[in-house]
This record gives sequence, structure tokens and C-alpha cells, in this order.
Amino acid sequence: MNFFDRFAIPHPSPAIYASMVAIGLTVIAIIVGLTYFKKWGYLWREWLTTVDHKRIGIMYLISALLMLFRGGVDALMMRAQTAVPENALLDAQHYNEVFTTHGVVMIIFMAMPFIYALMNFVVPLQIGARDVAFPRLNALSFWLFFMGAMLFNISFVIGGSPDAGWTSYFPLAGNDFSQSVGTNYYMLSIQIAGIGTLISGINFITTILKMRAPGMTLMKMPMFTWTAFITNAIVVFAFPVLTIALLLGTMDRLFGTNFFTTTNGGMDMLWANLFWVWGHPEVYILILPAFGIYSEVISTFSRRNLYGYKSMVASIVIISFFSFLVWTHHFFTMGQGPLTNSIFSITTMAIAIPTGIKIFNWLLTMWKGKIKFTVPMLYAVGFIPIFTIGGVTGVMLGMASADYQYHNTMFLVAHFHYTIIPGVVFAMLAGLTYWWPKMFGFMLNERIGKWAFWFIAISFNVTFFPMFFTGLDGQARRMYTYSEATGFGPLNLISFVGAVGLAIGFALIVYNVYYSTRYASRNISSDPWDARSLEWATHSPVPSYNFAVTPKVNSIEAFWDAKKKNIPLFQGKIDKIHMPNNTGVPFIMSCIFFVWGFSFVFSLWIPAIITTIGIFVCMAHRSFEKDDGYYISVKDVEDTEKKLRGVS
Amino acid sequence: MKMKWAFLSLIAICLFTLTGCEPLMVLDPKGPQAETQANVIWISIATMAFIVIVVFALLIFVVTKYRASKQSDDYEPPHIEGHPIVESIIVGIPVVIIIFLSIVTVKSTYEVEATPKGYEDQKPLTIYASSSDWKWHFSYPEENIETVNYLYIPTDRPLEFKLYSYGPITSFWIPQLGGQKYAMSDMVTTLHLAASVPGEFMGRNANFSGKGFAENTFQVKAMPQKEFDEWVEEVKATAEPLTEEKFKELLEPGHLGQLTFSGTHLTFLPAPEGEYGGHHHGSNDSHEGSKHDHDEQALNKQDSHEKTKEHHH
Amino acid sequence: MKIDHSLPLEYSTDQNKLNILGFWIFLGAEIMLFATLFATYFTLVDRMGSGPAGADIFEITPVLIETLVLLTSSFTIGLGVHAMRLGRKNAMLTFFAITLLLGLTFLGVEIYEFTHYVHIGAGLQTSAFTAILLTTLGTHGAHVTLGLFWGLFIILQVKKRGLTPENANKSFIFSLYWHFLDVVWIFIFSFVYLKGMM
Repeated sequence: MNFFDRFAIPHPSPAIYASMVAIGLTVIAIIVGLTYFKKWGYLWREWLTTVDHKRIGIMYLISALLMLFRGGVDALMMRAQTAVPENALLDAQHYNEVFTTHGVVMIIFMAMPFIYALMNFVVPLQIGARDVAFPRLNALSFWLFFMGAMLFNISFVIGGSPDAGWTSYFPLAGNDFSQSVGTNYYMLSIQIAGIGTLISGINFITTILKMRAPGMTLMKMPMFTWTAFITNAIVVFAFPVLTIALLLGTMDRLFGTNFFTTTNGGMDMLWANLFWVWGHPEVYILILPAFGIYSEVISTFSRRNLYGYKSMVASIVIISFFSFLVWTHHFFTMGQGPLTNSIFSITTMAIAIPTGIKIFNWLLTMWKGKIKFTVPMLYAVGFIPIFTIGGVTGVMLGMASADYQYHNTMFLVAHFHYTIIPGVVFAMLAGLTYWWPKMFGFMLNERIGKWAFWFIAISFNVTFFPMFFTGLDGQARRMYTYSEATGFGPLNLISFVGAVGLAIGFALIVYNVYYSTRYASRNISSDPWDARSLEWATHSPVPSYNFAVTPKVNSIEAFWDAKKKNIPLFQGKIDKIHMPNNTGVPFIMSCIFFVWGFSFVFSLWIPAIITTIGIFVCMAHRSFEKDDGYYISVKDVEDTEKKLRGVS
Repeated sequence: MKMKWAFLSLIAICLFTLTGCEPLMVLDPKGPQAETQANVIWISIATMAFIVIVVFALLIFVVTKYRASKQSDDYEPPHIEGHPIVESIIVGIPVVIIIFLSIVTVKSTYEVEATPKGYEDQKPLTIYASSSDWKWHFSYPEENIETVNYLYIPTDRPLEFKLYSYGPITSFWIPQLGGQKYAMSDMVTTLHLAASVPGEFMGRNANFSGKGFAENTFQVKAMPQKEFDEWVEEVKATAEPLTEEKFKELLEPGHLGQLTFSGTHLTFLPAPEGEYGGHHHGSNDSHEGSKHDHDEQALNKQDSHEKTKEHHH
Repeated sequence: MKIDHSLPLEYSTDQNKLNILGFWIFLGAEIMLFATLFATYFTLVDRMGSGPAGADIFEITPVLIETLVLLTSSFTIGLGVHAMRLGRKNAMLTFFAITLLLGLTFLGVEIYEFTHYVHIGAGLQTSAFTAILLTTLGTHGAHVTLGLFWGLFIILQVKKRGLTPENANKSFIFSLYWHFLDVVWIFIFSFVYLKGMM
């Protein structure tokens, strides 16, 4: 029985036991449901083996929304615990597990898949391509992310959750101070998901460089595609740093090495450095696609072309370059001295300049426009003022001398939520609403969407604005409680009220999805917003081959010009279309990766060796495989086009 | 949009009233470093407020004037690519602002990382502040006394804190006297502070270090030099001497109240600086010493959880 | 599948071009991976705790053998790709096989080196310096090992299916990988061994 002890939860609680039961029941329900409705074949053929970027995008989307729920519940628990002084809802250990999970889930398993969902679905369509450059690798990227997420998510019911913060600093995260397997889960699950992201980086750069429709030069690409391009370039250069950091951290914990230990030459500061060399570019990986979405939305719903296209492109290139030059601002207080801190203060504040250019360009895009306040536009318009507060508090934090007071306080927590939520989350919700009709063939309900927006936008400020004050009053972050005498109580209670409002807002979004799926009309135009870029030139929902004939482009807004100036987009004859075959190997290989990760978490060496071999067997299989795909005949294409045109 | 603007102002007003008549700690400096930092913060708030107001104003203007409901149905917005002068302004003004803030930053950063202005001709009081899970040990090597979880300091005297940790990275922070600095186990960092007025201040660890982190606080009391000297004499005369055995006990994970000792632990367990620093492949003894402590800490983990529950208030 | 006969075989289809570009980007990521290992190495090189330093354990002979063997293997694979461009399948297969044998020799010497280090007390757990030394060398060695298998699979495919656009593409990409490992080794040789022994 000693063998099974390692899987026990070190700090169980009623909530955890209840979750174990819930997870078990859900798994059983899914298996029973699939069997009863005889959907296993459908699931395998249409989803588990798909290499279609649109299907993969939808799977990323569903995963992101589920993870948003988990991270959100974590947040609600944290705000509830800190709502009153010396609360006993969560003890220190559980609070530490909850905020660690909240951070990892929201950044790695919610925001990343959300942006990849939209990049996957939209980018090939925006450039007039049929899929990405490497469709099978695309599927592998998704399943690796999914298995990484699954591995992380079972930690709290098998073996114990990580509890050293999403930044997992050593030596706290080392064996001396974090003895449960929680941090092993952290190292391995993020490693697996990270490999998937790196592969996507290579995929999207190749796609955007090589597969644009004829006539679409780089400076004629839509802004969302530009941001996708630069974002994936950052991924290619930043994620390998994380790969090494996690490898070294894993080796310290599992193989007794001394990279980050406090003895034998180990250097705990090194983890912080490696982590943030990845970590800072990571937040720009999150925000740049969001900026791309805002460019699309603001332009479409102001009925104006994007102002300052060239400077918008220049600004995202500059931002991506600078993002690698600021990492030390995450630990100004680590004792590197005034010279180093001064240099990094200057580079940090310098990033505000290209970012500011974008804000003003968006305002100038709305200028002389004809602004319609649809749900996506509401998120964009809400983003501008709220994100500006986040951005300027970032400049404040970037001033090293002042940061010595702000660092690791609630002021910092307020800053990054004031950039990430109006920045990334609002953009994802805007993008979701905006591209939903293209994905599914019906619109999300406007009224419910507007209620959700207002709940979220107002509640967000109620939740996070007080934190600027509590931070300046001495409340550090990651504190599970505080005494009455500190006086932090009233403002924290306000934060909790705001958090409840946010929960209601997100619940409304879930309700909107249900309500619209059930009641919305499927008889909509393929261009319901009267938009400007190529994805709207396809049918809704999009046929598997995207475009029957590859479009020819000669301006920044080829679709808009086609509509307004009657310039035809699709001029060729329909030819047979080459498509890649579905394949089960990405899914199977990722399942092996899951077991591989699990084996390392629990130091199960035989399964670890067997699964390592299994992964290489999958790669060898791919090397020897000869798969030339299949062709969709001209007749099939013509029939599909006729059918879809009838609807639109 | 006006609704949201109004609502935000309402929140701001509520917050200001709710924070009470007491100013926020960081903006209520009791020493020269904290004062420098508070000034920097006010300058940045003012500068950033200007930007925020400009953006808000432009936004409100644009969304009210150009909303579709206010336009004629057949209005088609013009195609505007950009304008070099406009773009120069939106680049130029932020550049000027950032240059200004950079000068403020570099100047003040050098200031707070050195002996406070006006205190250079005095001899600083050196205090070694070390953290172990989840308490603070304050060693006064020249006075040869040591306290746990409370710090008495003289006013109007430059203080040089030598920071290090017996475990995870922690951060030594007394908001009303100045900024924080990390305390780590393989090196000693230096923090320059001073108190300009007597009083009682809050101090705490600001870097998450595990289960007992929230309670990892300490009391600071600043008093005139004469009173401080009297206290030192009293401690030397009455407090129990700190033995190696007793100190090893203190290092065990848990929470402690406020304790006082004569002598410091630096005599038998020096700080990780100089030949004892992590950068040196120093003598085997010092490394084994600290590793021994860590092994003990690891072994005592189970017991300490019970201890922690007891100390938890 | 459209084959453009005016281009070398490995570039001759659309998918081939995509694969080669994708692989160059992958090499960019690999550069970052090794750069991180090198940065960590330079940070930890003087932190030996109570263990040995580089000067205490490095031996010039095995390192020279490794270097000569690997550099030569880069030359032979260059000859192999050249033969491939001339359509000379058997010459290509011979040169690729020699390359892999030289790679195997490299690996053999490196394994001897590692066992020697462990034997004299410079193991993975000894100090921060030994940990990063062995991890950096080991990561490179693991890449070489993977390359040996990959190269073997390609040889088998070319033998069985002849020189097709796909095989030519795979062979070329493999040669890029092999040259990359050689470049990384030059950095290891210079900044780990030579610098450490001075």
C-alpha cells in the first residue's frame, strides 16, 4: 500500500473530496452518454483525428472556456476568503494552492488556448489559405496543450496541487520547502503544453509567410494576422527558455541536481531570471493578438479603415523586440543595484511608447467614423479607458525606486489585472462574439451580450480598483488573511462584491451560448457585420476547403473594396482541391505524453521509460508514413458551393 | 459611456472616503527614503493622470460625436490612412514624458540605494535581518544583541540592513521607512533606511514564502538615540544569551512571538557574505553547516505543521 | 502535386518549401534553447560547491577526437547532399552512412567521457557547475542520438523508395539539423572546454 500513498492528497478538505466525486461522476456520464448515443465513431472521425484548423480552433475554444470556469472559481474563492479579516473559509495551505492554480490556469490554460483558438480559426481565412502549413502538427499542438491541461487539472485530486505561486520561485519550489508532488505537476504539465505552443509558433510563421493569397503582400495583411505573425515569432524565441527553466527545475526536484538549490553552488536567483526571460515576452504573446482583434473590431464597427496601418505594424514589431529587454523589472528588489535597475526601468517605460501609439491610432480610427455599439465594439470601447489605467500603472511600476514600495503588493495585482482583463479577456470575448457567426452559422444574442458586458466591465473596476489602495497601504499579495488592525477589510469586501458581479457576468455569457444555440436564427448572411477582411468572403459556417477558388487581393481591405467598388475577388475556375487526411497519431501521441508526464510527477520510472519510447515510436511512424492526402473533386466543390450559397 | 465615466468617479469618491482619514502607509513616509519614494509616486500619479484624462476625453469625444445614431443614414466615413504630423505628436509627446520619468527614476533609484541624503557624515547602525520560516531575526553585531520579530531603531541615524534568509527568498519591507529588498540564502543584500521621526511602524515579509507567509510580520519602533542606547544596555544586562542550540531551535519552521537575546547568532553562524557567500567554493564546514540546518528543517516539516497550527492566531 | 523541375529536388514542391522554412524556424528555436543552456552555464561555471572545476576534469584527447569526428561528419553529409543533387543515390547513401557512423563514434567517446567524470567525482548531483556542464553536453548528445535514428530512417526510406521529392526534402532537412549540431559543438568546444582548460 506504500506505493499508492504517493497519490494521496497531502491536505484534503471536504471541497476536494466533493470534487473527486464530481470528476468521477462526470467522466462516467461522458462515457455512458457517448456509448448510449453511439457517438464514439463520430467523436473519433470528426474531432479526435481532425487536422482542420477550424475544428482545432473550436476545440481550443471549448477548452479555454472550461478553464475560464475553473480559474474563475479559484478567483471567487480567493476573494471570498479575503473579504473579511481573519476569515476561515480557506486555510493558508489551500489558499496557496488556489492562487497558484488560478495563475497557471488563467495564463497557460485559458488565455493561451483562447488566443490560439481565434488565431487557428481566423488566420488562414484572413490570408485566403485552405489551412495552416502543417495541419498534422497543428493537431499535435492542440492535443499536447489539452493533455498538459488535463495533467495540471488532476493534481488537486491525485497527489496534491502545486502551491508555490504561478511563478514557482526556488528555493520555495524545491524539495526542501515543497515536498508534495504539486510542483512536479507544475513543471511537467507546463512543459508538455509548452511544446505544443512552440510547434504552433513554427506553424503560424510558416503559414503567414508562405501561404498568403496572391497579391497579399505583408503590408496588405489584416492587422489580426500581423499580430498573429509577430506573436508566434515571440513564441519561437521565448518558449525554449521556459523549456530549459522547467527542465532544470524538474531535474532539481527529481534527480537531486543543484541548479536552484541553496547548497553546492546552486543559485536560486537563476530560476527567477530564466522564468521571467520567458515570462515577460509571454504577456506580450497574450496581448498582441488581443490588440489585433481590437484593430479588426474598431475598424469594422466604426465603418472606417484602420488609421496609421504602417505605424501599427511598426509598433507591434518594436513591442515584440523590447519585450525581451525588460524582464528584470519583475524583480527590481532582488539586489542587482541601481545601474541595472535604471537600465531596465528605462527599457520598461519605453514600451509604453509603441503601446500608446496604438491607443491613439484606435481613437483616430473611430474619428469621423460611424460607430455602432455592438457587443464586440462595447468591449473594444471599454478596453481603451480601462487598459489605459493598467498601462499607466505599469509605467509607475517600471520606475524602480517606486517599485521598491509597490513590488509584490496588491498594487501589482491590480496593475496586471487592469492590463490582462480589459486587454486579453475583453478582446477574447469581443473576438468570440465577432467571429461566432462565421464559426457556427448563427449570432450570439445582442441583448444578453450587452448585459454581460456591463456586468463584467463595471464589476471588474469594483473588484480591482480598491487593490491599488490596499497595496499602497501595505497589503502584500498572496496573503491568505490579514488582521483586523490592518484596516484592509472594507476595501477587500468591495473587491469580493465586484468578484460576484464578474461571476454573474460570465454566467450570462454561458447562458448566452446556451440561449443562442437554442433559439438564434440560422438564416443569416455570411457577412452579418458588413465587415472588411477576407474571412467574411466565405460562407458561414465555412466549408472544409475554406475558399472554392483562392481569392486575388490588391489592397489592405480586399473584401471591403470588393463590396464597395465591385472589384471581383474570386476570378479563377474551380479546380480539384487537395486536402490532408485525418490522423489519430497526434491524439495517441499526446495521450502517451500524458502518461509520460504523470510518470515523472510520481517518479514511476518504468512507465516513464516505456512512454518515452512510445513517443519516439510515434515520431518514427510519422517518418516512415506515406500519406499524400486526398482530393475533393470539382463536382463536390461545386455542389457544396451551390448548397451554401442557397443559404447565404 | 458617460454612465461609465460617472460610475468610475463615484467609485473613486467612495474609495477615498472608505480609506478613512488615515493616509495610505506608502504615502505617509516617516523617513527620508520613503519620502523620496512617495514624491516619485506623486510625480508619476500626476503625469499618468494627465495621460489618462487625455485618453478619456478623446474617447468620450469620439464616441459621442461619431456614433451611428447621430449620423445620417447615407454617411460613408472617409478613408484616412494617416498623417505624419499627427503620428509625430503621438510618438513625440510620450517620448518626452518617458524621458522625464526616466530622469526622475534614475536619480531617485540611486538615492534610495545609498545612505540617505543628509545622513552621510554619521556612522550607520548595521543590523543583520535574516528570515527563517516564518519569522525575522534581527542581529545587532556592534551592540551584540539579537531580537526576534521586533526591531528597535534610533531616529535620525542611517541604518544599514544586511538581509539574508535561511530558506526561501523573502522580502524585508517597512513601508513607512522605505522600499523592500529580497533576502536570499546564498548572498547578503543591503538596504539603506532611516527614520526621521519616532513612532511605531509595520514591517513584513513581502515575498511569498509558503504556509506561514501571511503572519511573517514584525513590529518596528523608532526612538531617539538616547532611548535606544538605554534599551540596548537593558537588553545586554537582562536578556538570556543566545546559544547555538537555542538558535537552531528558533530556526525550525513555525511562528514565534517577540523574543530578546544578548549576543548574536553571527558569531557561530555567519551571514552568507565574503568567504561564506555562495559565489565562493568556500570551506566545507560552512556549507555543511547550512545544509545540516536544511536537512533538519526538512525532517522537522511534519512536526512544524502542528506547531504552525498552534501559533496560528 | 506540382513538381517544379527548375528547382533542386528538395525544394521542388510547395510542401517541400514549407517544410524547409519551417525547419529553419525550428532551428531558430533550437538556437534559443542552447543559448539558454550556455547563459546558464556561464552563470554557474564558477559555482562548484565542494566539487571540481572544469580545469580539474577536462581532458583534451577525447574532446579533440569528438571535435574531429563531428566536424568530419558535417563534411561527409555535405558530400552526401551534393551527391543527392546530382541524382547519385548510391553515393548519397554511402556518405550518409559514413556520417552516421562518425556520429556514433562521437557518441561513444562522449559516453566514455561521462562515465569518466562520474568516476572521478563530477557527477550530475555534485554541484551546480557539474549539473549544467553535463546537462549542456547531454542535451547536445541527446540531439545527436535522435539524429542517428532519424538519419537511419531516412537512409532506409531512400534505399526502399528511391530519390523522390519527399525523400530529398527529408534528407536536406536532416543535413541542416546535422550541421546545426556541429555548429553548437563548436561553441561547446570553444566556450566550455577550451575556456575551461585555460
